[in-house]
Amino acid sequence: MEVPFRPLAGVSSIDFPGTHPSRDITLDPVDRLHDCRTTMPSVIQVSGVRKTYGSTVAVDEVSFEVNEGEIFGLIGPNGAGKTTTMECIEGLRTPDRGAITVLGLDPFRHAYKLQDRIGVQLQQAQLQKRIKVWEAVDLWASLYQRQAIDGDNLLEQLGLTEKRDTWFMDLSGGQKQRLFIALALINDPDVVFLDELTTGLDPQSRRAIWDLVRGIRARGKTVFLTTHLMEEAEKLCDRVAIIEHGRIIDIDRPQNLVDRHCPERTVILATHDLSAEKWFRTIPGVEAVVSTDLRWTIRGRGDDLVTEVIHCLSENRIPVTDFRTILPNLEDVFLKLTGHSIRE
Amino acid sequence: MILRGLWKLTWIEIKIFLREPLGTFGTIGFPVLVFLVFGRLAGRRLAPSSLATSSFIRVGLPVLASLLIVISSVLSLVTIISIYREGGILKRLRATPLRPQTILTAHVIVKLMLTAATLAVMVLAGKRYYPIGVHVPLVSFASALLISTWSILSIGFLIASIVPTARFAQPIGAIILYPMIAVSGLFTPVESLPPALHAMARVLPLTYAVGLLQGIWSGDAWSSHFRDLAALAVVFVVCTAVSAKVFRWE
Repeated sequence: MEVPFRPLAGVSSIDFPGTHPSRDITLDPVDRLHDCRTTMPSVIQVSGVRKTYGSTVAVDEVSFEVNEGEIFGLIGPNGAGKTTTMECIEGLRTPDRGAITVLGLDPFRHAYKLQDRIGVQLQQAQLQKRIKVWEAVDLWASLYQRQAIDGDNLLEQLGLTEKRDTWFMDLSGGQKQRLFIALALINDPDVVFLDELTTGLDPQSRRAIWDLVRGIRARGKTVFLTTHLMEEAEKLCDRVAIIEHGRIIDIDRPQNLVDRHCPERTVILATHDLSAEKWFRTIPGVEAVVSTDLRWTIRGRGDDLVTEVIHCLSENRIPVTDFRTILPNLEDVFLKLTGHSIRE
Repeated sequence: MILRGLWKLTWIEIKIFLREPLGTFGTIGFPVLVFLVFGRLAGRRLAPSSLATSSFIRVGLPVLASLLIVISSVLSLVTIISIYREGGILKRLRATPLRPQTILTAHVIVKLMLTAATLAVMVLAGKRYYPIGVHVPLVSFASALLISTWSILSIGFLIASIVPTARFAQPIGAIILYPMIAVSGLFTPVESLPPALHAMARVLPLTYAVGLLQGIWSGDAWSSHFRDLAALAVVFVVCTAVSAKVFRWE
């Protein structure tokens, strides 16, 4: 009863870019196209959700919306409440308080109806040790009312064709994760949930998985993911919500979060001109100038800082042998908002 | 759709079970081995004229072997359910439109098929090696065995609900189930047990399974074992209801 996969209208290619792991995705036309979609309707609405386990409050007052066709990331350290939040949305847990709507459905009252339309990858969930790859895909395809997409085609796109007859226990970590992606996509879902998808993978496999996730978005799906890797959130997500101790601290595009919370800019340059320091101090927006061994670290704020530094250098004819800028990232945002690093 | 998922899951679970040679041998082989080895030993050493011996070889031993089949199946269920829970497999299946009861039903079907298969192996092996000819109402006995298994599998779900980790599943299950054989009326009639053990035997489900299996093996009519059947049904209903309340999916 399987039909070949039908590409979605408007998406010219359903090719998972997994075969080009080195491609610079930020310049991908699909991404730029995506940036224009600002008025997409929301497919997930979460408001005022609270969930406790005994006396432990796992999440509290969690509210956000996820828009159609975006990659939305819930980021935070382990134990922050990411998985609890996600499993409430998937209908696997019932929140104590608050309201959740997914694709217009209540995840608890319409659990089966909803689960027919979503794809799920769970953190730390395994499959039967001795189930073969094709059997898992075949089984999952039979569980949905929706017409499943062609399993063999899917395995090929995920680079698992050669592993068709391999037992689950004999797959590598990356292969297992790709199989989980296949199972999450087999029912051609509208929303795909990925919980800590790349945890435990080596950097190369991680990048390959990122490309696969972008491929899911290119098929017009909405992706909701959790991660404790800031680099992953920054490179992959259109919007992120930062969660800590069960509460959402802020939600926005990664770049907007950086601009808002970490407007600091840092320029590091090397020059033999010892008189340069006094010129540096006159640059608008500069807050600190520190020198060590003919290297100057200039800190300040505002997007114009770098331009101003360059202007100062050329105006005063200061010879420079090295010039670097350090831009803050989500890691810095997290540090700023929580007072500690996400790895602690 | 539900039936399609149930059938696929059942079929895959059968295949997965057979892929573990040690588990397969342990579950199917152990009861059959007990049946054959004890049958031969007893048959050779003791004169067939001894009435008690021949009664044990004719009825007791086959029923004992059948009970071992039941317990093997139940322990196998307990182990698999707890491994699947620990590995997040149950949770992963729950995140699909598959109904929770369908997931568990698939495992019950697999175990019932396993029980039937083991009984078939035992009967075939018995035809060739068993010292005393097997002349019993096989279809009725197989049905009685499946009914007993079905009922006691519900105890398996209860055990699977309370064991903390997969490591303890098999031992805890064994500690609960095997001692029940001692007072089940298989070796000493329940009526002649001391009062305390007698009371215990009355509430243990295995006693009724033994009553049913012994009776059917000896050629009794189903109607004379209505009490045993009713007791097994009560066990099933109670254990299933309690499991439904306390069963943990993760």
